[in-house]
Amino acid sequence: MNATETDFGRIDFSEEQSDLLEVAAAFCREKSRPEKVRELLNAETGFEPDVWQQIVELGWLGIAVPETYAGVGLTLGECVPVVEQMGRRLMATPFLSSTLASQAILAGGSEAQKQTFLPEIVGGRVATLAVLENNADWDLTQISATAEETKEGFKFNGVKQLVCDGGVAGIFVVTARLNGETRLFIVQRSNVPEDALRREIVIDETKRCFALDLSQVAAAAHACMPAELTTAALEHIEQVGALLSAAESCGGAQNVIDYTIDYLNTRKQFGKTIGSYQALKHPLVDAFVQYEQSRSHLYSAAASFGAQGTGAIATHMAKAQCDRAISYAADRSIQFHGGFGFTYDCDAQLYRRRAFWHAAVFGDAVHHKKKLAALVF
Amino acid sequence: MDGVNETELREFAADADAWFKENVDQDVGFMLPLTFMEVGTDQQFDYLQNWQRRVYEAGYLGANWPSEYGGGGLPEPFQKAATAAMRRHHGPIMLNAIGLNWTGPLLLDLGSEDFKKAYLKNILTAEDIWCQGFSEPEHGSDLGNAQLRAKRDGDAYVLNGSKIWTTLGNYAKHMILLARTDPDAPNKYAGLSFFLAPMTVPGVETTPIQKLTGEYGFTQTFFTDARVPAANLLGGEGQGWKMAMRTLEYERGARGGQPGGYIITPLDAFEVIELARKAERDGAPVLDDPVLKDQLLDFIMEAQSLKLCKERSRVAPLNQDRPMSLALSDKLMSTEFARRVNEFAMTMIGPKGAYYVGEPEAVDDGIWARAYLNAFSATIGGGTSQIQRNIIGEHVLGLPKS
Repeated sequence: MNATETDFGRIDFSEEQSDLLEVAAAFCREKSRPEKVRELLNAETGFEPDVWQQIVELGWLGIAVPETYAGVGLTLGECVPVVEQMGRRLMATPFLSSTLASQAILAGGSEAQKQTFLPEIVGGRVATLAVLENNADWDLTQISATAEETKEGFKFNGVKQLVCDGGVAGIFVVTARLNGETRLFIVQRSNVPEDALRREIVIDETKRCFALDLSQVAAAAHACMPAELTTAALEHIEQVGALLSAAESCGGAQNVIDYTIDYLNTRKQFGKTIGSYQALKHPLVDAFVQYEQSRSHLYSAAASFGAQGTGAIATHMAKAQCDRAISYAADRSIQFHGGFGFTYDCDAQLYRRRAFWHAAVFGDAVHHKKKLAALVF
Repeated sequence: MDGVNETELREFAADADAWFKENVDQDVGFMLPLTFMEVGTDQQFDYLQNWQRRVYEAGYLGANWPSEYGGGGLPEPFQKAATAAMRRHHGPIMLNAIGLNWTGPLLLDLGSEDFKKAYLKNILTAEDIWCQGFSEPEHGSDLGNAQLRAKRDGDAYVLNGSKIWTTLGNYAKHMILLARTDPDAPNKYAGLSFFLAPMTVPGVETTPIQKLTGEYGFTQTFFTDARVPAANLLGGEGQGWKMAMRTLEYERGARGGQPGGYIITPLDAFEVIELARKAERDGAPVLDDPVLKDQLLDFIMEAQSLKLCKERSRVAPLNQDRPMSLALSDKLMSTEFARRVNEFAMTMIGPKGAYYVGEPEAVDDGIWARAYLNAFSATIGGGTSQIQRNIIGEHVLGLPKS
């Protein structure tokens, strides 16, 4: 592809996005106050069921699901402001997991699978992806888990890692090799024994992740998604993961900067408010400008998501920039809080850990730059 | 947009495209300045003055300014389309930068009818070149401390002192000038006034300053008992600081009203990619070098950031939390980017980075080296990047003053 002929994306903001941004900003601020975030760090599921119910009632699970499957029929671009605001307030919900799973089914499922499962997810049944393995690779085709046909359906072998919200998920979208080829399967909770799930200790304590031992898992005969849709579905999962992960990170970057500003405006040393010192002010401005740029990339990706050529370029750019923005802002936030920054009580660590989690689960800036290089040069 | 006839706009844009295609010279035979701060020879000046006049007469500069003051009286999108065509065909810069982008919008917003009638049209035609007298040798970033003295004497003010970094000072007919009318004012800002000062009266002299590139492009300007009519005061005595701050908003792109065109050749990612395609080092094309390719990607993303931030600044719901943020950050972002990307270009050039303008072996006639050195004019002028960080920190983030 010749870059000089390629459009790298532009800002285009719909009325629906605007409305959702406004509603989500107020909702997430109200429902995920800092005390609540702290309280939920130690809660088993990590989120509040009644807040989840309200999210379901707001219709957000159906934003990017067509009306035929009980959705609202908008696009992923309209999910972005919602996820951004969730990320901003470190809101704990299985929204990201469920949206990724519904998108996987939408892109890779048969008509019957879409008819069955999408309305369930829109209606609040938690769903998640089980696609990563112990092989240090974000390429979703590079897996070693296997599936085997049985009389009743399928049995599996291998272990899936970083299965988000696996503890509460009713639906798992699992990748495994069937006769040597990577395929997608929809596994229901009833086929996942309690012992098959082991809670992993992850860096971001607002998140819940599990290892899934597939050897204990079975699936029905109609659980396998059509072979011809596999490639498109895996690509879609990677892209949606990058887009929504960028959105959560971007929102987080904004809030950790605001959090730092508050401290710099109150803490006094040597008789002066420390925000007046340029050694703190200037790097914070740099973090802020980087955040602003990353947000522009995010909404460019939201506007062009799915567009041939441009969509992937804009999405990789957004993910790379948002990862860097939250990482730098949170890193400086810890430092600028001084001794307090080194404590568990300072919220800066929550954002720094969140940044690492997003880099690890959905690919870091280096990974997305590599993908980008293949598209622009 | 309201009041825009889409068909007319399309036709206008097509005409503009054809005009620039036809009229932009492919090779003028000498190196043209990339920015208005680099006009160092009469040859460059004459060419650009003529170019600006031709663009104006064709209707592609000031199309958005009111027709009673020489503008085209058309809605903003028309001028935007013309500027886009200019850029598409790599038209040279608009010469009369301070007149067009600072003075013009300032007069349109706050000037009297007499001022508008007297000055605006000749700004557009490049007949009257304008310059800016803000910085002084001892007062740069601390602009509020400017000391050039303006003392009332009958129907005039008598000026004594000097201004520095006067871009186009040796060509300018008028200067927007910040002067101290009341040294005893209760604070330094209250003693300042703002003049539309003629450069042609006795007692005004300019001395060229040689830049780090070895070229010329601005002057120090000396005032010795120079008389400026009292009627040329803008905003009234003691209002100078307010006028100067307003001017800086136009200069930094934080406030609109400019008549279009560009005064700094826009740098886009694609030019850097083009350079990367042809440049060689370590005996191989730059694009074969994974380290440089990685750095190049960062510049491509950053170039895209600048474009997207400009677009996003026009979408109100995406600017609600800190409404002035993107407008006030633009100067810092874009000028620092230009400096660093030119520096990177020098790296890409490899051994030929040792060559400079004038050497036949230099890549792209040595333009990258010169552009890098000249880029400091923008990271220093109009408020240094360090001052910009104070402004963003204090006015956008709400941090206490340094």
